[in-house]
Amino acid sequence: MIKNINFLRKPSREKFNLFFSIGIFLFSLGLIDVTLNSLFDVNITSFFPRVLNYFTPLIFGFLGLHYLRIEFSGNKMLDKLNTNINSNWFNSILTLLIIFVLIQNIPPLLNWLIIDANFVGTTKEDCTDSGACWIFIKIWFPRLMYGLYPNTELWRINTSFIMLITLVVALFYIPIKLKKYLIIFLIFVFPFIMFNLISGGNFGLEWIETTAWGGLSLTFIISIFALILCFPIGMFLALGRRSSAPVTRYSSIGFIEFWRGVPLITVLFMASVMFPMFLPDGVYMDKLFRVIIAITLFEAAYMAEVIRGGLQALPRGQYDAAKSLGMGYWRLHMLVILPQALKLVIPGIANTFLALVKDTPLILVVGLLELVGMIDMAKTNPDWLGFATEGYVFAGILFWIICYSMSRYSQRLEKKYKTDR
Amino acid sequence: MSEKIIQMEKVNKWFGDFQVLKDIDLEVAPKQKIVVCGPSGSGKSTLIRCINRLEEHQKGKIVVDGIELTENTKDIEQIRAEVGMVFQQFNLFPHLSILDNCTLAPIWVKKIPKLKAEELAMKQLEQVKISDQAKKFPGQLSGGQQQRAALARALCMEPKIMLFDEPTSALDPEMIKEVLDAMVNLAKGGMTMIVVTHEMGFAKEVADEVIFMDEGMIVERAETKEFFANPKNDRTKLFLSQIL
Repeated sequence: MIKNINFLRKPSREKFNLFFSIGIFLFSLGLIDVTLNSLFDVNITSFFPRVLNYFTPLIFGFLGLHYLRIEFSGNKMLDKLNTNINSNWFNSILTLLIIFVLIQNIPPLLNWLIIDANFVGTTKEDCTDSGACWIFIKIWFPRLMYGLYPNTELWRINTSFIMLITLVVALFYIPIKLKKYLIIFLIFVFPFIMFNLISGGNFGLEWIETTAWGGLSLTFIISIFALILCFPIGMFLALGRRSSAPVTRYSSIGFIEFWRGVPLITVLFMASVMFPMFLPDGVYMDKLFRVIIAITLFEAAYMAEVIRGGLQALPRGQYDAAKSLGMGYWRLHMLVILPQALKLVIPGIANTFLALVKDTPLILVVGLLELVGMIDMAKTNPDWLGFATEGYVFAGILFWIICYSMSRYSQRLEKKYKTDR
Repeated sequence: MSEKIIQMEKVNKWFGDFQVLKDIDLEVAPKQKIVVCGPSGSGKSTLIRCINRLEEHQKGKIVVDGIELTENTKDIEQIRAEVGMVFQQFNLFPHLSILDNCTLAPIWVKKIPKLKAEELAMKQLEQVKISDQAKKFPGQLSGGQQQRAALARALCMEPKIMLFDEPTSALDPEMIKEVLDAMVNLAKGGMTMIVVTHEMGFAKEVADEVIFMDEGMIVERAETKEFFANPKNDRTKLFLSQIL
């Protein structure tokens, strides 16, 4: 029976079982070959010449996928796979290469991250296995979260963040009538409460200098303040740049182009080193303040351009309609234009916010140590030399979680405000 | 003179070097219904957009309901609140429901309490027969429904004058009638209306006077019957022969 089949021909539906089993067999052979080769150093095809030997998994896999490429096989799963990842010889090779790369890399990665990693112990010497030394992170964890903030006062940071989270969660559940007031409270009042609680100096709380703040909590503090501040500033800059009054327009353009033109590092240096020189004697402004203001203005320039993009996308008819109903400049913009423009640029706004969060580690250059800065400090500690990788992987994972949640939230907003169609 | 609600004297307007309006003189009495027609590019839309200052005139004088249009923003906003306008492209606010479209300006410009504004809006929506669509968004409505909603939105400001800028030109033929019907009803209610349109049937039924414009000038202005029965100007005759 096998003799009757031309194997170079297109696999047909009539001989489904035959083609299917041969295809699966060859494909699995390819996978097994790669797995043994890369993970166990065993080469089952060593009897082939060397050049051929190197490509055997690819050839097996390729042939296997060729025989599996049965058109209208009747099997839903198989049809779906064929149309998506095995539609022609080029796609089948890409598919194979991706699978091979995954096979080669995922197990070692898992080994390092989890299976061979060290979790138990308190010192560097406890890290005996070949994997990552998570003890490093465990021991330094409080520092990575709170920086050099005194241990006895940590409850202040915890309390303020728990308050913040509670309020934000409450935002989703309280009736719409009260929502407005809670948002106003969150934006205009709460930052001061939070700041006072953490810095202390009154209400019998010990004063803690901002240079002692650090770790992930500092990342959050800077991000939250900068996010809240840069949004309205960017909005006004965007409106200013489209204003018909020359003074407003040119000062907005000048501001935006200046801040977009300089690197953030320079801005931070200026804020921390140069700026105090311009202040009159006796006037002192905290370094953290200066840095937050610098980051805010820097990101506001980007925000302005994003929002301007949305403003430009709106048809002139919207302005005409709002004007013809008797709305002045501010009502027209606040009620009609901005709600639509902002909705259009949610992805761009999210982009700027994510960039802002990921820019915060740069404050390292002016001596403020947020998460990445603390890791830099920890890895140079004589007791814990040589664990930079663990630290940076940890920071990477945390940043990814933060940014991914923000990105998901922006997608939700997009869906929520989608009113056309 | 004082009984005229709109007075335009020697109004001139340029777009760059191009003169769109040339020495326009126009007077409209309260409750008068005027249809403006003419070939495209003749300045009809610009003329009525000057009345609520969506376009600025550079020379001449426009007085609406006793208030002269100048740079004064307060005056302009007051006139705009008294003059409703319906556009070719509807221009509903797509982020708001039909009801919110209708209540937005009454609440924020005229400071009417929300509940009262909604009551008024529902009444207007009933007038144009789309009260059942109040909770929907503009994108979910047909063109004819959207235009009627736009009409209701303008009426919610309780204007003294209504301007229509080719209200049926962007509509499919089968939807034109429903919009025109709503406009006829409005006319019967005694509204002052200036309508730029090519719907000559509507003009015959509703208009007191018809204005024919060409190249930025008012070529002919006559009572409706007179206008259609024996137009005086050659250009008017040519235009009418082409569209009737």
